[in-house]
Amino acid sequence: MKKENLKQYIYGIADNVLILGQRLSELCGHGPSLETDIACTNIALDLLGQTRSYYQYVAQLFDEDKTEDDIAFLRTERQYKNVLLVEQPNTHFGYVIVRQFFFDVFHLQLLQQLQNSTDETLSAIAKKAIKEVSYHKRFSSDWIKRLGDGTEESHQKVQEAVNDLWRFTDELFHMTEDDIATLESGVGIDVRVLKDKYYQQVKEILQEATLDIPETSWFQKGGKQGIHSEHMGYLLSDLQYMQRTYPDMKW
Amino acid sequence: MSTKLEQHIDPLLIPILEKVSDPEIPVLSIMDMGVVRSAYVKNDIVNITITPTYSGCPAMDVMGDDIINAFEDVGKKAKVALVLSPAWTTDWITPRGRKALEEYGIAAPLEAEADKEALLGGKKVVKCTNCGSSNTKLVSQFGSTACKALFQCEDCLEPFDYFKCLK
Repeated sequence: MKKENLKQYIYGIADNVLILGQRLSELCGHGPSLETDIACTNIALDLLGQTRSYYQYVAQLFDEDKTEDDIAFLRTERQYKNVLLVEQPNTHFGYVIVRQFFFDVFHLQLLQQLQNSTDETLSAIAKKAIKEVSYHKRFSSDWIKRLGDGTEESHQKVQEAVNDLWRFTDELFHMTEDDIATLESGVGIDVRVLKDKYYQQVKEILQEATLDIPETSWFQKGGKQGIHSEHMGYLLSDLQYMQRTYPDMKW
Repeated sequence: MSTKLEQHIDPLLIPILEKVSDPEIPVLSIMDMGVVRSAYVKNDIVNITITPTYSGCPAMDVMGDDIINAFEDVGKKAKVALVLSPAWTTDWITPRGRKALEEYGIAAPLEAEADKEALLGGKKVVKCTNCGSSNTKLVSQFGSTACKALFQCEDCLEPFDYFKCLK
């Protein structure tokens, strides 16, 4: 494993968390009800906190003169290695919940493996984050059931989101070169082995929510290689605006 | 409580650390909260390590600054570092801390299993901090800060915070 492999590997994990945190932050003051607004922003806070731990570690390992802020705010689009799922827009609350649910189930499984990493810092971050993510998963699973098994309209809307976002789930289980290099040295984990259990868990909850499981066999990929969807540029222009406009500004 | 033993805190520093509180829950000192993991003096510098309650807890930076200021007030220079492992759990809140929470109007964390049932609405086990009734309901799984959920008493109708169990 080369140092660059480790750096890219951590980006692969941390960028998912940052970008989803950014999407959820957009809901601050715009959630459909006060409770869901607070919930989404609380989850965003947890995710951004986790992001900071990862980025601080990268900054400490590789770039003495760079900080977590440089990593979060000053990379270009192709340098972000998050999956396409997390950058998808907040279209309506059904999308927010399905995106969250699809990610939470994966995220928890990933962290449960990562806590056994030979890298002590990654293991510590994972152990800390597991507690938070278990709670996120409980929240998103509950809402999947509530919306799916709710009114005719909520059912139809959440089904639409499931059908639309399903094609982004397969990418979660793709291995990049960096994933393979870090796996061989015991630092990284093998996401391929999580796949069966993932779909089993997701399908169980969708069925309980009276939702249909999409039958599509075509899946979209690219985010892990830095090739993002159209939405990513808009997201980054929001995320990076202050640092780009006022370089080195501080709170 | 076994993890408590892993703390290495110089008893002479405790009175100063007890003056620092969580900015979001002012009645709870950082000692009672269990976030101070080590405190010792080396070469005239006080070294403190603290652990976050939640990864994104915005109070951590403030607590760090408050610790430095508290030691500065008594003419000592302090350094504060953040450690993630072992991860904080609500078990580390001291009995005195739990009492302070209750008196402040925040229900103290239950056991993990009871917590799950309470949060899912299965059992009524979270007691109202106003009237003591167990006839309460969960209003929101997430509350005003990362560590709390929102409940309401069905008897006296008072809404109150519940400190979520984290293990």
